[in-house]
Amino acid sequence: MPLITYREALRHALSEEIQRDENVVILGEEVAEYDGAYKVTEGLWKKFGDKRVVDTPISEAAFIGMGIGASMLGLRPVMELMFWSFATVAWDQIVNNAGFVRYMSGGLINCPIVIRGPANGGTNVGATHSHTPENMLANIPGLKVVCPATAYDAKGLMKTAIRDNDPVMFMENTLLYGEKWEVPDEEYLIPLGVADLKREGSDVSLIAHGRAALTCLKAAEILAAEHGIQADVLDLRSIRPLDEEAILRTVRKTHRAVLVEENKPFCGVDAQISSILMEKAFDELDAPVLRVSAIDAPAFYSPKIEVKQLPRPEDIVPKVLSLFS
Amino acid sequence: MPIYIEMPKLSDTMTEGTLVKWRKKEGDVVEVGDVIAEVETDKATMEMEAFDSGLLHQHLVKEGGKVAIGAQIGLLLKKGEKPPAPGELPPPVSAKAPAASAAAPAAAASAPAAPAAPVREPGARIKVSPYAKKLAAEKGIDLATIAGTGPGGRIVSADVLSAKSAPAAPAARGTAPAAVAIPPTPAGPNDQTLPLSGMRRVIADRLLTSKTTIPHFYLNIEVDAAPLMKTRAQVNAASEAVGGPKLTVNDFVLKAVIAAAVKVPAVNASFAGDSIIQYGSVNLSVAVAVDDGLVTPVVRDAQKKSLGQISTEVKDLATRARGKKLKPEEYQGGTITVSNLGSYGIDSFAAIVNPPQAIIVSVGAIVKKPVVGLGDQIVVGQRMSVGLSADHRVVDGAVGAQYLAELRRLLEQPALMLL
Repeated sequence: MPLITYREALRHALSEEIQRDENVVILGEEVAEYDGAYKVTEGLWKKFGDKRVVDTPISEAAFIGMGIGASMLGLRPVMELMFWSFATVAWDQIVNNAGFVRYMSGGLINCPIVIRGPANGGTNVGATHSHTPENMLANIPGLKVVCPATAYDAKGLMKTAIRDNDPVMFMENTLLYGEKWEVPDEEYLIPLGVADLKREGSDVSLIAHGRAALTCLKAAEILAAEHGIQADVLDLRSIRPLDEEAILRTVRKTHRAVLVEENKPFCGVDAQISSILMEKAFDELDAPVLRVSAIDAPAFYSPKIEVKQLPRPEDIVPKVLSLFS
Repeated sequence: MPIYIEMPKLSDTMTEGTLVKWRKKEGDVVEVGDVIAEVETDKATMEMEAFDSGLLHQHLVKEGGKVAIGAQIGLLLKKGEKPPAPGELPPPVSAKAPAASAAAPAAAASAPAAPAAPVREPGARIKVSPYAKKLAAEKGIDLATIAGTGPGGRIVSADVLSAKSAPAAPAARGTAPAAVAIPPTPAGPNDQTLPLSGMRRVIADRLLTSKTTIPHFYLNIEVDAAPLMKTRAQVNAASEAVGGPKLTVNDFVLKAVIAAAVKVPAVNASFAGDSIIQYGSVNLSVAVAVDDGLVTPVVRDAQKKSLGQISTEVKDLATRARGKKLKPEEYQGGTITVSNLGSYGIDSFAAIVNPPQAIIVSVGAIVKKPVVGLGDQIVVGQRMSVGLSADHRVVDGAVGAQYLAELRRLLEQPALMLL
């Protein structure tokens, strides 16, 4: 199986879907002639032309609104946000129009849009470019939210997101764009709302999404090698719909859970998962559910402390150990 | 060093005590052995003696306050000693304060065998993970007998999995699988909610344990009580002539139960997990109804006692039981129980085994009824129904039948009790 980057996997997904469905169109700031700020759309404009890959003005509120309008009329736009941080200026469009139009129209109008872009900290771009808004958007009934951690997942989820008839918020990670994974040549889709058990263990469940799932895999190796603790690592992949069954399954197996996310802790995704575990797996727990999240502050700009803001394996390992003695 | 006086464990089934009355006031001098307070346990109101001498500085529990065993109830200081800083003093518990954790199920065990060494302070809250708790309930393991190895001493699943699954004695409370609680119909404006007394709680716990963990079976016989009535009349007439006490029908029944148990010792036993303990003495528990429940005082070494001795002793125990004046050792360690509801007009009934005992004998009223006499004639007979409820782990049907046959032989030929 070929090894390709996360960035290439996304590009392949976009390219395949543009060819598969004439309604698929890519819009965003510098996605066309400049090949995309992070080169995800590299070569697509040259290959598919002005009608399918379109540069927009630097106004998220305007072009996200335009994409939403186009989706209501039958197109399947894939909108690039240079950073998910900029979604805040298009908040009304995303929440009130994309999120609620199917409900407000009594089911008459679908909004099959994908809004994609990086949503991560850790790259020294400052607090206003380092948001992880998956919890905020997953809080809106009507929006779907996915956070792929690997190239394989990114491609399979992107293809499904484009074909989905509801708005899908697709959160990528600039730290992963250059990382390589095995991705098959043949076509595959990954359904939304299906978590992936990325490592099998028996003693504790590390539950994460996005890059945090990879951090958990590293922590799991340390736990196994140095402490004899075998961890299940469950990658949620999709925040909404959420694979509640997979979460309950792993916790029923290991009876301990540590929830890890690069999201801020307060009202984070893992607060929701904690609540699910309390309600539906209380009698399965052998220890309190613990969380490892980003440090609760705007993203630090200084690189020396920025690296400490996001969960690292060395933050996860002691949390896990504290459940055992 | 200031000494904290703690709520003592005054009976083996006691989990909490009510401080009924302080007999020493704050500021009183206390000598070792002085009665400092009266404490109501689940069974009786008892005098509590001081183990240390000093000055009773403070009552930490007000009169009427109910606290778990081991809870601090008073502070004793040596002469000239200063009390701890106010911040170090626990706040006094008032009568209205909710009882301190009575959660420790350990304390309610009443096995005759010596209990295992306690794994935590009596009355201390048991920290246990939800999953470990579920596992323990499934396996019938008493959490009080397990030490926790998790953070802060929490019992975790590994501790339950490595614990022996069989409880040592059937009496170990908490081994009962959690009964499915069906909530009662909520109390309306015309209803009243009666808080559980210590005694009622013990009755509820022990009988639930018995009915849910002991495989009961029931046998019943009807004995000809005419000879017994005749003998009793003779004995009482003779006794009355010299101003002696009268024997009751129950006295004879008790004597017969004891003598039959000597003949069939297999019933005078307890189930002990991996063995059966057959007792050398018959310690007879006699069920006595009291105001808010019942107690079962014990006639010890009953096989050595005459009918008259048994009669006198039971009378004394019953009187003191009704006055809540029994000492713990007077209602502990029974090996067979007799419950007689004859005087309440009950003809026959099946009793619940009183754990950890293996049998209980239920005695009904003597009634006149038509019976088939000699020559197949219907005549008026005097009959008494005697039931046996047994723990099938210890006693089989044939053994139970053998015991009842012996009981019948004695009751129908009372003179044999003299042997």
